[in-house]
Amino acid sequence: MRPIAEGLFTEESPPRLIGARHRPSGRIVFPCPPGADYEPHPLGRRGRLWSYTIQRYRPKSPPYTGPEAFKPWVVAYVELPGEVIVEARLDGVDFAALKIGMEVEFAPVPLDPDAADSVLIPGFLPAGEAA
Amino acid sequence: MSDVCIIGAGIHPFGRTDGVSGLDQGVFAVRQALAEAGLEWRDVQFAYGGSDAAGNPDTMVERLGLTGVQFINVRNGCAAGGSALFSAQMAIKSGEFDIGLAVGFDKHPRGAFNALPAEYNLPDWYGEAGFMITTQFFAAKITRYMHLHGISRKTLGLVAEKAFRNAVHAPHAWRRAPVPLDEILDGTMVSDPYSKYMFCSPGEGGVALLLASEKKARELGITPIRLKAATMRTRPPHSFEVFAPMVDVGGGVATATRLASAAAFEMAGIGPADIAVAQLQDTEAGAEIMHMAENGFCADGEQERWLAEGLTEIAGRLPVNTDGGCLACGEPIGASGLRQVYENVVQLRGAGGGRQVPGTPKTAYSHVYGAPGVSAVTILER
Repeated sequence: MRPIAEGLFTEESPPRLIGARHRPSGRIVFPCPPGADYEPHPLGRRGRLWSYTIQRYRPKSPPYTGPEAFKPWVVAYVELPGEVIVEARLDGVDFAALKIGMEVEFAPVPLDPDAADSVLIPGFLPAGEAA
Repeated sequence: MSDVCIIGAGIHPFGRTDGVSGLDQGVFAVRQALAEAGLEWRDVQFAYGGSDAAGNPDTMVERLGLTGVQFINVRNGCAAGGSALFSAQMAIKSGEFDIGLAVGFDKHPRGAFNALPAEYNLPDWYGEAGFMITTQFFAAKITRYMHLHGISRKTLGLVAEKAFRNAVHAPHAWRRAPVPLDEILDGTMVSDPYSKYMFCSPGEGGVALLLASEKKARELGITPIRLKAATMRTRPPHSFEVFAPMVDVGGGVATATRLASAAAFEMAGIGPADIAVAQLQDTEAGAEIMHMAENGFCADGEQERWLAEGLTEIAGRLPVNTDGGCLACGEPIGASGLRQVYENVVQLRGAGGGRQVPGTPKTAYSHVYGAPGVSAVTILER
């Protein structure tokens, strides 16, 4: 399975999310913007849940390119210590067990879980459960 | 310096009006404002018009009259109305003109806004993956806020319950039937912790405000409402805004709202405790809660007690969203910010009927917020 966009994940296994370092200020951002002021910066894998919600309806297309079939998912903001807070999916957790501060680990998730050739989007799993 | 005055206010009812274009809802509001001030369209020297999805505002000259009037279109997201009003008052303050118009209207299709990443300088994958959704941001922002400041979900429900209850008495509101608290709390979930009753819907409507110099208002024999401050600000560093793929570590506290609010209070020379009635952006119930603090009306976390004690009710210490706000009126982007100012004009005139704030309020505050981190504030005085 391939990432939804180039330059989003590192090619190592397991992959990391690619952010960027702003050369003049050292600020870490995500995603990596175009331009010479930014250099790609692979982000840490482990972080803590900073905030979240549950997406309960299928987003409109365009721009959403996911499957017609819809199951609610967790939208998470994850704090990667000393770097940046990133927005991503959070899989592998009961909605009732979601807790700000819980430890999570980067693991890209398929945009269409039922398709063999689905693209992968930024995602996390509870720490210890990532492959 | 003399004040800029509001001498006429008009509104086309918000909600859904099949068969009437957004532009014609704007025209309806302009005619109402003119009639109120006893003026004709040819008396209007300039106009600023805001619309996000219902066409170019300046095309309304075809309906109102080809007087050659200077008419400038404003497209500034959720701050469109506020930006139109800011620009109009500047034109009068400068001495260039003495009678002008700020108008806003819109007509959105049903369902959530479908914004495209390229319009917000974001990569396409962000939308393709299902992140380009305003409700996700609003829900994630309140989830964090509730965690940090001890706000309960019941308090979110109380905000929505108040909105629908106030709107019963607002003829321009869309959803004018009270909804019981348990129905609000148990409603279909949209983005946790919000049920469908806790989010406003994109809608339709039009609002027009006629402005004049103090001298001109006196000449016309109109008791004016004074526009003491109008500000618009964009986001500061480390803020957490709509369509944010990231937040800086330690961020999420500074907001465009805090900047616009502080600037407005400084301009008006008064503080939050001097405000008698406030219309605060409530695209969802938690926004009203967070904006109470961001605009300086209470400390973070105090909202839990304020709502429990009814301090933001019509007869409370600081009545908030007296016409039901966005939750009950819906959100036609170009008109929404001006609707708040319209409601404040009604309140300052003592013309609110069943939703009138008691004790003849003298000061009124309005605040809008929207993507990608813009905010506009006004302070009115009579």
